[in-house]
Amino acid sequence: MHIPDGFLDLKTTITTAVASAGGLGYGVKEIRRKLGDKHIPLLGVTAAFIFAAQMLNFPIAGGTSGHFLGAALAAILLGPWASLLIITVVLAVQCLGFADGGITALGANIFNMGIIGGVLTYYLIFLPLRKTLPKTKRGFLTTSAITAWASVFIASIIVALELSISGTSPLNVALPAMAGVHALIGIGEAIITSVVLVGVINIRPDLIREYSKPEEEA
Amino acid sequence: MGNNVKTFIFISLIVALILAIFISPFASSSPDGLEKVAEDKGFIEKALEEGVWRLSPIPDYAFPGIGNEAIATAIAGLIGTLITVIIGWLIAKLIIIKK
Repeated sequence: MHIPDGFLDLKTTITTAVASAGGLGYGVKEIRRKLGDKHIPLLGVTAAFIFAAQMLNFPIAGGTSGHFLGAALAAILLGPWASLLIITVVLAVQCLGFADGGITALGANIFNMGIIGGVLTYYLIFLPLRKTLPKTKRGFLTTSAITAWASVFIASIIVALELSISGTSPLNVALPAMAGVHALIGIGEAIITSVVLVGVINIRPDLIREYSKPEEEA
Repeated sequence: MGNNVKTFIFISLIVALILAIFISPFASSSPDGLEKVAEDKGFIEKALEEGVWRLSPIPDYAFPGIGNEAIATAIAGLIGTLITVIIGWLIAKLIIIKK
């Protein structure tokens, strides 16, 4: 759901860019406070993995494709603010290096996928579910899969809102269309996120922040 | 950094590179969710034909000047993955390293 140049009006462009910059500013402080030296390469390699996985468009119904987003996975692995930073790096590389996503929409794309898909979904979906569901591997994976699905679904709704505020497509048209197709893409997101988490649990479960740390710290 | 973390980083990077180099040429070329909605709902033409930023070295994930589409995509994936790990690592280092 990388927005190209031309879809958003000036006020939406500026508002989302300011929100993203603010989020990143706060995020940097949180990362500095909560992560240590061993996380440095993990941040880099998680960003690289997400970049690679985002190239892999998978077909969904009706001549449409979707691809992995990775914001929920990164938030579960390294925390929501590290996720925002990672998504920002990926989006910036894609925009500047590969002409994917407009440069005027970069702030909005960071907002939609990083702040909504990564940070908001973490606090809104992941943490409450984590507290509710059993503290087992299955409970953790269920929580993660639902969070992954929701990250794509909710972000697509925000994109629809931005399109309608910008006068690009009316809300009653954009919202059902975006939410409908991304409800399907979200299933792919949930599957990929689960597969990766199962893989990491099998080799280094301690590297998953949300899997290993004591509950109170959340 | 423990030896084990090094192994984990190495394995993860290899997996990312395999995806980017060997799997990416098989990715679906159908429009993605937003593109498809924009086509169906008639606002795709609002996207600027050429983006505002025109200096992308590898536009559309195809390394320029290579006739074979799969190889052009694979090279784009290789370069993008390496660039991303380097930039991500450096930025994380700048933020996290405590004096």
